Amino acid sequence: MKHLLSTADLSLEDAVLILDTAAEMALLTDREVKKLPTLRGRTVVNLFFEDSTRTRISFEVAAKRLSADVINFAAKGSSISKGESLKDTALTLQAMGADAVVVRHPSSGAPYRLAHADWIDATVINAGDGTHEHPTQALLDAYTLRAHLAGPTGSLRGVRVAIVGDVLHSRVARSNVHLLQTLGAKVTLVAPPTLLPIGVEQWGCAVSYDFDEVLADQDAVMMLRVQGERMNQAFFPSTLEYSRLYGLDTPRMATMGTNSIVLHPGPMNRGMEISADVADDPRSLMVEQVTNGVHVRMAVLYLLLGGMKESAS
Amino acid sequence: MDHGRVVMDGSDIARAIRRLSHEIVESTKGSQDLVLLGIPTRGVELSQRIAAAIEEIESQAVSQGSLDITLYRDDLRLKPARALLPTAIPVGGIEDKIVVLVDDVLYSGRSVRAALDALNDVGRPRAVRLAVLVDRGHRQLPIRPDFVGKNLPTSTQQLVRVHLRDTDGIDSVVVSEEVR
Repeated sequence: MKHLLSTADLSLEDAVLILDTAAEMALLTDREVKKLPTLRGRTVVNLFFEDSTRTRISFEVAAKRLSADVINFAAKGSSISKGESLKDTALTLQAMGADAVVVRHPSSGAPYRLAHADWIDATVINAGDGTHEHPTQALLDAYTLRAHLAGPTGSLRGVRVAIVGDVLHSRVARSNVHLLQTLGAKVTLVAPPTLLPIGVEQWGCAVSYDFDEVLADQDAVMMLRVQGERMNQAFFPSTLEYSRLYGLDTPRMATMGTNSIVLHPGPMNRGMEISADVADDPRSLMVEQVTNGVHVRMAVLYLLLGGMKESAS
Repeated sequence: MDHGRVVMDGSDIARAIRRLSHEIVESTKGSQDLVLLGIPTRGVELSQRIAAAIEEIESQAVSQGSLDITLYRDDLRLKPARALLPTAIPVGGIEDKIVVLVDDVLYSGRSVRAALDALNDVGRPRAVRLAVLVDRGHRQLPIRPDFVGKNLPTSTQQLVRVHLRDTDGIDSVVVSEEVR
């Protein structure tokens, strides 16, 4: 595999290899000298056309821990704001000798275009494209689920996960549905009908409009952020109604199994999809997700860049 | 499954492990500061067996662990990325200890170089020694073993395979002509 564009491209073996590698990375960086020499001399470009805190910093830390050189390239303050096209940006990166490009773009499919348009030789890693995919987020979610529900090298077969909220605008949801189903988990999407994409019935997972009905039998609940910035019309009558029907608050959390866990990809809208009390509950693993994100991204960078250069496949 | 000449059988390997264990405790004057680190895969099983033998000799527990060298190899770019193997540094660490690296076959010396680099990131041992079951020669780096189970003169065309009970179901060292 040369690029990581979609979790749908990952076989069960690929996915387990990434998770196992991430587990080793976690052990290797749990010591005083956190740096590994593996990607010495390689250049990783973080190409971010959209705002991000967690993902960009996480990729930067991951690349630096593997001794790669990191160039951060944000659309603001670059020639993109002067109207440079994706192609010309890509050609510039190619000329500067980037080995990997971590790309986040508001348009779905931009990383695919970058990987397959023959503009660059570099490995392309999708760090979130529009409402399409965010594969490393799904991998870190699966890693967190595995660590808590199946043991460090256990299997997620049969584990029940509900993904709740703004599925329509969520690249995290799509990536998670593909990956978790590959890993054998039982996924249920929970959202109001207006926030489910057309064709969701072909995703192969269960769909429900009723959060309370689904909640009691889940091993994990993944809350999605309501993406106000992508909403150009009214998808629900009011914030209050949304949070009453689809938000996770303390009374609702009390109906979950006692060993069930809560994930959220961040950033959270406290009081909207998740109440502040639930967000700070010990069963909510948002902070751990961030830590795991670094290990998963180290694993992805190592597996894609650490070996022999593959010709584009 | 493996064609070739058996140069060590089960009892030869058992004797070699026993002798290596005696030599190691003799040189370290006891086992209290000793840490045995096996290089995966077969170095780990070897180090476990040496640790068990030393425990018998000294009637004292020996720290033993594993050290994966994959991320420190100098030939990463020559092959597709490999899966990582477990690293387990024993509780108590390696700081100011005498670390004995254990591997099955010593050949070019490049794995040992990588292991020394990996060790450097874990801590600063008082001394590092090298124990191998088979030394087949043809070093490419200035590295020599301190404890050797068997010196085995080979040509670079040959392939030396170590099989161990827990990993492969049988104890044997086999030399075969490599088919290229």
